[in-house]
Amino acid sequence: MSEPVEPLLQAFHVSRYFQVGAGLFSAKKILRAVDDVSLQVMRGETLGLVGESGCGKSTLGRVVLRLLEPTGGRIAFEGQDLTLLSSSELRPLRRRMQIIFQDPYSSLNPRMSIRDIVGEGLLIHGMVKSRKELDERVAALLAKVGLRPEHRERYPHEFSGGQRQRIGIARALAVEPSFLVCDEPTSALDVSIQAQIVNLLLDLQETLGLSYLLISHDLKIVEFMSHRVAVMYLGKIVETGPTPQVFSRRAHPYTRALFSALPVPDPTRRTLRVLVEGDPPSPFDPPKGCAYHPRCPRAQPGRCDVEAPHPTEVEPRSGHFVACYFPEELVILRVATWVLPHQAAARSSILPNPNR
Amino acid sequence: MSDPHPVSEPPTLDVRGLTVGFDTDRGLLRAVDDVSFVLPRGGTLGLVGESGSGKSVTSLSLLNLLPSPQGRILAGSIRLQGRELVGLPEREWQKIRGARIATIFQEPMTSLNPVYSVGAQIVEAIRLHRDVSRREARARAIELLRWVGIPDPTSRIEAYPHQLSGGMRQRVMIAMALSCEPEVLIADEPTTALDVTIQAQILELLWSMQQRFAMSVLLITHDLGVVAHHVQRVAVMYAGRIVEEAPVEELFRLPLHPYSRGLLRSIPPMGTSLQGKRRRRLPTIEGAVPSLLDLPPGCRFGPRCELHQPRCSAEEPSLREIVPGRLVRCHFAEEWAS
Ligand SMILES: Nc1ncnc2c1ncn2[C@@H]1O[C@H](COP(=O)(O)OP(=O)(O)OP(=O)(O)O)[C@@H](O)[C@H]1O
Ligand SMILES: Nc1ncnc2c1ncn2[C@@H]1O[C@H](COP(=O)(O)OP(=O)(O)OP(=O)(O)O)[C@@H](O)[C@H]1O
Ligand code: SF4
Ligand code: SF4
Ligand SMILES: [Mg+2]
Ligand SMILES: [Mg+2]
Repeated sequence: MSEPVEPLLQAFHVSRYFQVGAGLFSAKKILRAVDDVSLQVMRGETLGLVGESGCGKSTLGRVVLRLLEPTGGRIAFEGQDLTLLSSSELRPLRRRMQIIFQDPYSSLNPRMSIRDIVGEGLLIHGMVKSRKELDERVAALLAKVGLRPEHRERYPHEFSGGQRQRIGIARALAVEPSFLVCDEPTSALDVSIQAQIVNLLLDLQETLGLSYLLISHDLKIVEFMSHRVAVMYLGKIVETGPTPQVFSRRAHPYTRALFSALPVPDPTRRTLRVLVEGDPPSPFDPPKGCAYHPRCPRAQPGRCDVEAPHPTEVEPRSGHFVACYFPEELVILRVATWVLPHQAAARSSILPNPNR
Repeated sequence: MSDPHPVSEPPTLDVRGLTVGFDTDRGLLRAVDDVSFVLPRGGTLGLVGESGSGKSVTSLSLLNLLPSPQGRILAGSIRLQGRELVGLPEREWQKIRGARIATIFQEPMTSLNPVYSVGAQIVEAIRLHRDVSRREARARAIELLRWVGIPDPTSRIEAYPHQLSGGMRQRVMIAMALSCEPEVLIADEPTTALDVTIQAQILELLWSMQQRFAMSVLLITHDLGVVAHHVQRVAVMYAGRIVEEAPVEELFRLPLHPYSRGLLRSIPPMGTSLQGKRRRRLPTIEGAVPSLLDLPPGCRFGPRCELHQPRCSAEEPSLREIVPGRLVRCHFAEEWAS
């Protein structure tokens, strides 16, 4: 395939607020889960979306599919404005936009067999002609995600966490979408099956030109799969650009902190960690100015706490944007061998052998 | 095998020969088959392995929470401070569950009640085992939520589970599990929905709890980065069985079971991106896991093993100590070790 060029999905200044509270101890409050976010995903491209837990990634993923109504902003899919369509006009588009949900269990109907869960979309969209064809299609989809044909007859509660996650993936792929929101698609999988799913998604992208919005806490997977990446903090995108640039430069102070805590799968090595200091801010009452300023080591009073920074390009024509007044310099990030005192202690107290 | 600790103190949790079955319409499915391990006081054992290999079923049996009637312990023993738990009546389990053995479930939504606020659920959990006023329990709940990094806990305590993000629900579960300072914590994928920064914070929190009151932890995870830094020993499961158990450095330095080796090889390397490298793929272990209802003869990993020999399908290898402190279930482990 040639380089991705055409935008398949575009979001312009999209927001989603929730009204919460009015409990026994509190009044109603507004929570800005997604706050003025713009992004685009090209045909055949993967946009990775990373950020702190609770920063609004899943909400954004559902809003761009209009599974959740946006509070403001516009969303264009294949050139059509989704926000203007009625639900019946939206229906034919639904097949082409699918989602792999973050929480596999609550997204699977416990009373439906795996055949019905995976095959439902095929029936709704008239993609199979007979029961036999449905069975074959479902079996083939299950095989692709490492499950077995006889699993068709079984129900969600009979599966392990990772098996359920793969049922969700088979269901999303069944209807041959062109755009897929993958919300933590491999979080419950061992590295070998994770690799199998990642390879499957890459194969589909290469052969059919699928586009993905990939939400994940696994930075290695995001790096491996994404052409571009966006970093979110408290409802806003704070850095975005081509993956190698964002991963190597880490221009936003939050990006730098986020990446530095990554544990390396090698017990003899530790990377130097910049822990994010301070409490995460309340999304009900976001800090004035740059939302990161109360925790930011580079914050300068009088500037950062007054007005929110706008995204600016890090280098001319790099396509790499950062919303920060004082972005981090380019440094060669040295991997330091650094053992916390308690980890050194832990290491020396190897457990006694089980006496068998 | 010599025991470095004299007989006086039994391990906090001692699991032997645990075998768990489910009745299915195609027969009895043994999800966990002859699994043994110990959790010493204040120690951590990591449990890793293939998706569907029996890790969560193991953890459910340690809490007597197998779905009944289809799931049950077929054989084995579970001892907490020397006391046998298998066969205890439910009334006794209620005193243990949550108070002495607590768990963080793999899927928070299956164990949080959607119709109560998370605060009410934590307060309930505290008051079930501790004689404290509602007010004290609420203050404790807020403190716990702050510990696990939930912003604005005083208002978040009113939230219902669906109003929280995936990672926040997971942290609510963690707060609930720690609320009674249990002796044993079973943490089933406790940090999968968390970014690495909060993950680090939670793991530090668990570590400090271990220091403070000698909590023992069974840490089930697919994240080998977490395993590398937060556990001392690791057990690797495949198709219902432990296939290897070793100190963590040893396993990463030289995995002895071919499945462990395949697993470590599948870790995506850092610093690899798509640009300019079309058709890049991650290494996987070829083939699929066998059906637990239709296991291959001999070694369960046989059909996928690169090193398979005729003997492997004739006879199932036993789990045995290959070098001191390292247990492996492969006929040829002695050769790989030397
Ligand atoms: N239905 C809802 N009602 C009220 N608040 C909500 C609702 N859904 C989400 N939120 C809030 O919106 C914010 C963003 O949640 P979201 O699930 O999008 O986070 P996330 O980035 O996906 O986090 P994680 O990585 O933990 O999954 C959180 O503060 C959450 O509590
Ligand atoms: N209620 C049930 N009825 C029948 N089979 C079940 C039931 N619950 C679990 N199983 C089977 O038991 C096996 C072990 O499941 P378990 O949940 O322990 O796996 P796991 O190792 O935790 O996997 P994962 O890493 O994907 O969470 C699986 O093959 C699963 O299909
Ligand atoms: S704008 Fe200021 S506070 Fe915000 S990230 Fe940049 S330096 Fe930090
Ligand atoms: S016993 Fe044989 S088939 Fe099994 S892991 Fe060892 S070499 Fe492979
Ligand atoms: Mg989420
Ligand atoms: Mg599990």
